[in-house]
Amino acid sequence: MKSHSIVMLRRNFKHIARNPITVFNAVLMPVVVMLMFVYMLGDAFNVGVDYVDYATPGLMLLAVCYGLGSVATTVNSDMTKGIINRFKVMDVSRSAVLNGHVIASLLTNLIAIAAIIGVAFLLGFSPSASFLDWLGVVGLVVLLGLAAGWLTIALGLAAKSPESAGMASVPLVMLPFFSSAIVPAEKMGPGLRQFAEYQPFTPIIETLRGLLNGAPDTSDLITALAWCVGIALVGYLWASSTFKKRA
Amino acid sequence: MAVSVVVSGACQVGDRPADDSGRMTSSAIAVSGLRKAYKDKIVLDCIDLDVRAGTVFSLLGPNGAGKTTTVNVLTTLLKADGGTVRVAGHDVATEAKAVRAAIGVTGQFAAVDELLTGQENLQLMVDLNRGASNNGRRIVTDLLERFDLVESARKSASTYSGGMRRKLDLAMTLVGNPRIIFLDEPTTGLDPRSRRTMWSIIRDLVADGVTIFLTTQYLDEADQLADQLAVLDQGRLVAQGTPDELKRQMPGTHVRLRFTTVAELDAAARIFPDSTRDDEALALRVPSDGGTKSLRALLDRLDEYSLHAEGFTVHTPDLDDVFLALTGHTTEVVAK
Repeated sequence: MKSHSIVMLRRNFKHIARNPITVFNAVLMPVVVMLMFVYMLGDAFNVGVDYVDYATPGLMLLAVCYGLGSVATTVNSDMTKGIINRFKVMDVSRSAVLNGHVIASLLTNLIAIAAIIGVAFLLGFSPSASFLDWLGVVGLVVLLGLAAGWLTIALGLAAKSPESAGMASVPLVMLPFFSSAIVPAEKMGPGLRQFAEYQPFTPIIETLRGLLNGAPDTSDLITALAWCVGIALVGYLWASSTFKKRA
Repeated sequence: MAVSVVVSGACQVGDRPADDSGRMTSSAIAVSGLRKAYKDKIVLDCIDLDVRAGTVFSLLGPNGAGKTTTVNVLTTLLKADGGTVRVAGHDVATEAKAVRAAIGVTGQFAAVDELLTGQENLQLMVDLNRGASNNGRRIVTDLLERFDLVESARKSASTYSGGMRRKLDLAMTLVGNPRIIFLDEPTTGLDPRSRRTMWSIIRDLVADGVTIFLTTQYLDEADQLADQLAVLDQGRLVAQGTPDELKRQMPGTHVRLRFTTVAELDAAARIFPDSTRDDEALALRVPSDGGTKSLRALLDRLDEYSLHAEGFTVHTPDLDDVFLALTGHTTEVVAK
């Protein structure tokens, strides 16, 4: 007997594999953005360090966000097409259905991030992180993936149609650009700067940056963890209650 | 069992006596006083049903009558607002798990995973079915063969035709070998050939002792398959019985004569005393068995009185007639 969550996860993976556009969005798109910023525009930004070293942590975050667009859509089509009723009558728990989505999205994120880091190294990325720092990077990325994943699933469940679910995740894709991902927040105009400084992605990016430089800042780390745990919790509870209402 | 026409207001939820124990044991589905409302709109009003194990029960009704809502309540997908529902001897409200273990459901819209192949869809059902995992591969191949899907087994379900999709859907339902199967409009939108295939599949299931709860808009489908049927109209059961019992209730075959003037209609109505007239359409309905002999007699009689009918059609009873007879309005009115 296999666990229902694993069966659902395998189903989600087949979906991703059958739908090349999701792979493109999740894995290739961040790489394209990376090449664009580092190769084309990188010399124009003066950030004090080699631009690829500056941009990589932010692009890792971007990779997470790009992968989520399709997650909201898939979750929503599960609900709007008849298959969810079949699962319910077969006594497949809602946690199995949602876990499948969240884990599939997390694993896609990790693949995308691995691709980003790989390309970063090709572009001359030279982190000074210790093994322990790398573990911290992986841990934080996983936590972020889970948090953003649950939130996206909640958005997908709350949307009326797969199309509007796709739209719901657009802010998540835009948010990294208004953080310290591409340029430092202090270089932005008034208003935007404050927004960039206080939005959740900035402390997460700063923590990743610190870890990769081998010198993480504790207060950034605490803020980043708090945001991730908070978002994960809100996303999880929202997703669970919406699922209950809809299915 | 005699034809029972449920009179509105007869249902008082709570003090309805339970079925006698002898019937309970052979009942696959027993519904008593079922009510369901969305906000203040009553969708199901005091439904009583009893489906014996190993038979086909058909719930007949036009779009919007409440057929799917009934299926959703009976299959634990929707909570009832009142009444009791027992499926396979278990209460759907308190023993949902036990009910789900005993039933299979094929909904109105084929619930297949379009990105997966036919084979993968069936394998998914095997993996999710705790009882079926041991000889899963066998179950999948058997079902593919039985439903004539071997050739397209490795193609993604999104490429399937409507008929194939329904077949795959039903095959997926059969993976757990359920003893009670709910089929919600299994042939709506199918071409005649696929419809017949579906009918023969349903007959095979019944031959294996499976109980079928079937909803349909088509009288001929119910007539072909059902042992018992009930007619649902605007959330109420307006009749139930065997197909034959129900047909006896219907207006019989008749001839419809259309005239050009009221005078002609009046004259014709006088020579056919048991006819009914439709003044608006200047038409007359004359009961007839539809045979050539009685038709000739009818035409001869018109001739005898030098009456000329502009139009002449022979009607055999259909679902519209049932509705007209049972509810005083046609299906089209309901569908609006």
